[in-house]
Formats: sequence, C-alpha cells, structure tokens
Amino acid sequence: MPADLPPHGATASGAGTTGAAPQRLAQAALRDLPWEVGVPKPDAAVVVDGVTRTFGGLTAVSVDHLEIQRGGITGLIGPNGAGKTTLFNLLTGFDQPDTGTWSFNGQSLGKMSPHQVARLGVVRTFQLTKALSRLTVLQNMLLGAQGQRGESFFRALVPGTWRAQEKANTEKAMDLLQRFKLDAKKDDFAGILSGGQRKLLEMARALMSDPQVVMLDEPMAGVNPALTQSLLGHVKDLREEGMTVIFVEHDMDVVRDISDWVVVMSAGKIIAEGPPESISQNQAVVDAYLGAHHDAPLTVEDEDRVLAEVEAEIAREEHRDTPGSADSSKGTGR
Amino acid sequence: MADLLNALAVAGKSALGFQAIFFALLAIGINVQFGYAGLLNFGQIAFAMLGGFGIAISVSKWGLPFWVGVLVGLAAAVVLALLLGLPTLRLRADYLAIATIATAEGLRLLFRSVSATPVTNGTRGLSAFNTDFIALAPWNTSQRYSILGTSWSGGELWVALVGWILVILGSLLVFALMRSPWGRVLKSIREDEDAVRALGKNVYVYKMQALVLGGIFGALGGMVYAVGTGSAVPDQYQNANTFLAYAALILGGAARVLGPVIGSMILLFILQFADTGLRLLISNGIIPEDLLSSTDVAQIRFVLVGLGLMLLLIFRPQGIFGDRREVMLDAR
Repeated sequence: MPADLPPHGATASGAGTTGAAPQRLAQAALRDLPWEVGVPKPDAAVVVDGVTRTFGGLTAVSVDHLEIQRGGITGLIGPNGAGKTTLFNLLTGFDQPDTGTWSFNGQSLGKMSPHQVARLGVVRTFQLTKALSRLTVLQNMLLGAQGQRGESFFRALVPGTWRAQEKANTEKAMDLLQRFKLDAKKDDFAGILSGGQRKLLEMARALMSDPQVVMLDEPMAGVNPALTQSLLGHVKDLREEGMTVIFVEHDMDVVRDISDWVVVMSAGKIIAEGPPESISQNQAVVDAYLGAHHDAPLTVEDEDRVLAEVEAEIAREEHRDTPGSADSSKGTGR
Repeated sequence: MADLLNALAVAGKSALGFQAIFFALLAIGINVQFGYAGLLNFGQIAFAMLGGFGIAISVSKWGLPFWVGVLVGLAAAVVLALLLGLPTLRLRADYLAIATIATAEGLRLLFRSVSATPVTNGTRGLSAFNTDFIALAPWNTSQRYSILGTSWSGGELWVALVGWILVILGSLLVFALMRSPWGRVLKSIREDEDAVRALGKNVYVYKMQALVLGGIFGALGGMVYAVGTGSAVPDQYQNANTFLAYAALILGGAARVLGPVIGSMILLFILQFADTGLRLLISNGIIPEDLLSSTDVAQIRFVLVGLGLMLLLIFRPQGIFGDRREVMLDAR
C-alpha cells in the first residue's frame, strides 16, 4: 500500500517525477474554475448536496452544494460557530443530518455509522485530540490498521492466524512513527505525550488505515510554531501520496501556505470558495470575519444623510397607506 | 499462639474455598467488562443467580442431567447480557449501570416472589441438585480430610478443585484475549470510543462481546456457589456481592489478569481472619465485652475491609498488581 513507499512513489502523480509535481496537478486542475460557491470540480472525491443540520432553532449547517477535489488539500475556514466541525461530524457519520445527501467516490454515505465510513477510507482526527492514554504509542498505532484478523473474538484465541499480520503492521507502524519522529517513544503511554506529540500521533494513527480522504480538525491548534512546521510538512506529504486532505484551521498563514482550494463557512452556510489568494479579497469573507461596515467609518455627514433618508422613507410610508406600490426598497442602502 | 495459627488456618481455608472462587469468577467477569472495556456492570450477581438457578431448576424441577443444567445456566446468562446490552450499549456508559443494577435487584425479587414459587421454590429455594457432580469426585466425598490444619469434606475439596481449575482456565482465556488485537480494541474503547469508531471498528459489537463474556464468568461463579452450598436460594444472591467483587478487583488491580483472583483470595482471607481473630480476642478478654461483643464481629469485619480499601486507595491506588504510572495518567 502507498504508505509503505517513500512520499514521491504516490499514485496521483502520472509523470512520477519530483515531489512537487502532484501539487501542480491539483492546483492546475482547479486554476480555471470560477470562484463561486458550489462550483463543480473536475475530479470530485466528496460531493455534498443539500445537507442541513439543526439543533433546536439553530441551523448549524446548511450546505447547498460542495465538491472536494481529489488529491488536493482543501482548507475549511470560518469564524467560531460557523459549523465546520458539525460538517465534519456529518461527513464521517458521527452525526446524522436532517436532510441532504453526500457521497464519497459516488457512493452515498447517508445513514452510515462512523466505522463504516472509516472502512471506506475516510478517516478523521478530532479537534480535542483523542490519544488513547493508557495504551502505548505503538499500540495506538496498531489500532489504526484495518482488516486485522486478530480483532475477531475467536481468531484472537489462535495467535497463528494473526501473528504474521501483526508483525507486518508493527513494521508499518514503526516506519510511520519514524517519519513523525515518535519512534523513540513507542513504548511510552500515549497519556504522557505533549499536546503537539499527541496531534502527531493521531495523524500517524489515521495513516495506519491507508486512507483515501483524511479529515483533520484543527491539526495545528495548540501546537508550538516549530512543531507546526513539521505538521505542515506531514500534511503536504499526504497530498503527495495522492490522498485527499480536508482540514479545518484558523491560522490564515497556514491555510494560504498549504491549501489548493479554500472553502469559507459562516453561520452554517458556505459563503465563498476559491484558491487561497482569492479569499482574502473576497468581500463576503471579510464581512463574515469583521462585520459588514468595518472599513467604512460613518462620518457625521454620512450619518445625517442616512438619517434623512430613513426619515423620508418613514414619511412616505405614513402618507401612502394603500399597499401596491413597489418602490419602498429604494434608497435604504448604505 | 496456637489460637493465632488456628485463626490463620481458618482464614486460609476461606481464601481457598468455594466462596473465594465465587468472587474470583465474578471479579474476572467484571475485569473484562470494567477493567478492560470500561463497561459499568453493577449487576454481575444477576448473571451468577441465573447460573446457579440454571442448574438448580433444570435438575431439581425439570429432572434434566447436571451438565444440561450447566448449559441452561450459561445460555440464560448470554440471553440476559444481550437483553441488557441491546438497548444500552449505544448510549452513554451510565445507562448500562442503571439497567444492570435494576435488573439484579428485580430478578432476585422475581425469583423469590410467590408467583415464581412453582419454579424456584420461592424464598426457600432449591436443593439436592449437585449429587451428580459430587459423585464424579475421584475420592471418597463422605470422608473428611485434614489439609493445612483445617478439615475439609471430600465434597468441598472436589468443588474447590474444579472451581480453581475454572478460575485458571478463565484467567488463561483472559490473558490470551487481552494480548491479542481483540483485547487492544477493547482497551481502546475504554480510553475513547469515538477514536476507535473513527478508525473503523464496530464499537457496539466489541462492547456486546465483552458484556456476554463477563456475564458467562458471572454465571460460572454462581454455579460454583450453588454447587458449593448445595442449595440455590434467591436471597443468597444479594447485589452486595457485586460490590464485594468490585472490591476484590480493585484490591488486586483492575485490568490485570491475576488481579481479580488474588484480590478475591485476599478479601476472603481478611474477612475470615478478622472474624476469627476478633472472636478470639473477645473470648480471651483482650477486647472488653463492653466495647465489642461477639455478635458485632460479623459487621465489624466489613468495616475493617472498608478501612483497608481506603488505605489501599490512598497508598496504592493501582491495587496489588497494577502499574502506578498507568493509574496516575488520569490525574494529569
């Protein structure tokens, strides 16, 4: 499987040249797309259609259409409470939406439980890192491997049926731990690792399952700057190995640095999509983060003018009691 | 001095007798559920009661052979585990605790109720179902044997021998399971269910398997108890026994293969030694009769066990076999 190979042995690179080539592929494919919400991607791995999720009166997620390009890094950003994590939960089966369909490689993921989604090759990490504290680092890693014969109750009692597989998995786990510089800690309890090391461990553990789509929920949160660089490198490696990466992040520098495509959510809706350089100029995004009038301070004259307009309109409304006229919306703008 | 030796011998007999086996098997089951999988089963005694009554009813009421009774008891325990697990294992951990504690008490009251009398003989219970089993003993069961300064009947010895073989086999099974990938999944579920789900494991199935396996151990414990006492009375299966089994498990060290076994032996030893020792001190006049009468001893010994557990949790929270580093991880 791909994870055994060095990064540039990836399936996504047709030319099979240097490590930079695959990134060009994903970026190039997305270059000519219009910067519109819901734009169809040339090679979509994940497609979301009309998904809504409400908690009581609050609409946490309401996504009309979203496609995620295969083999690219898609950044998902938005202010706190925008519904990014809820969307993650919905996509991975940890939560069920009120309406809508979503699919991976054309296969619908609706009504699937989390473990079924994971077996299809869509793995996720969590915002609050879930290291299994009282297992060793190596045991954490081995848990990630898929299709283990020894995980069935009766076969577990016959070590002959799973020992060879366990040995292969251990080798693979050690390779990954080496890549993530955790190999020296393989026999320590995961509970004694630092926050950043736990993030690394969780990502490495997810890779044990040879995923096709990796969903990272705030991988850089609470990680010191030096470790951030190494985490970034690992995320880029995932892309070079041909995996599709979706990640939630608040640090715009990180997002600009590694994403091929950025999706912006606010109040449950997707308000903008585009390559990272397009996002900071997008008016809807700036409004969502900073408020609509942030760059236009009201002068006294402006204020008087707005006030006069509003008063004039109220006067008009009072004069005209009969409905039917259509010009009431005129002149109410800023 | 001879009195002290005698008290030690009596306590030693207790630590090797069928009651210790009873608690050991209960605690092995709880160890699988609580120690490894993190499931809170507060009604382990219900499984034991089904095991004991499975034999008693099958043999005494239905006239079936002893070994069929064993199968009936095990099957009943599996069914109870499935019934308890189906609705609760998808929910948070506390729901299983609520369901099991209610079931344990409810089943006991049902078995001793008047309407169940035709089957369970009500509060008087059933007896005379273990003759087939005792007859299998390779030695003369009507004779008494002297071992380590105490006297055992042949029947007692036979039950204890078979019981300890069961405990050893059970421990070997747990040992084999917990070093396999299956055990690794179980321990991971104890740490964090969602992480395990996200890695493609069907958590529900693993929890159910753990609940059933632990229930089977509980049923075996109940069988040893019923065969050891020679009778099955619903009120013997008070839910306090579940908590004594938890005490034994914590004493020995949870999530350790031998923790529940050694824990039960020590628990029974302390209970019996406190009992005999206190009575001795009272009869010798060392403890004045006004302070403590011999009728209070039965209660006081549990107070002593409680004190001992408190000291243990303060100075050795991991139990006898546990790993202190592992237990302290949660304190961070």
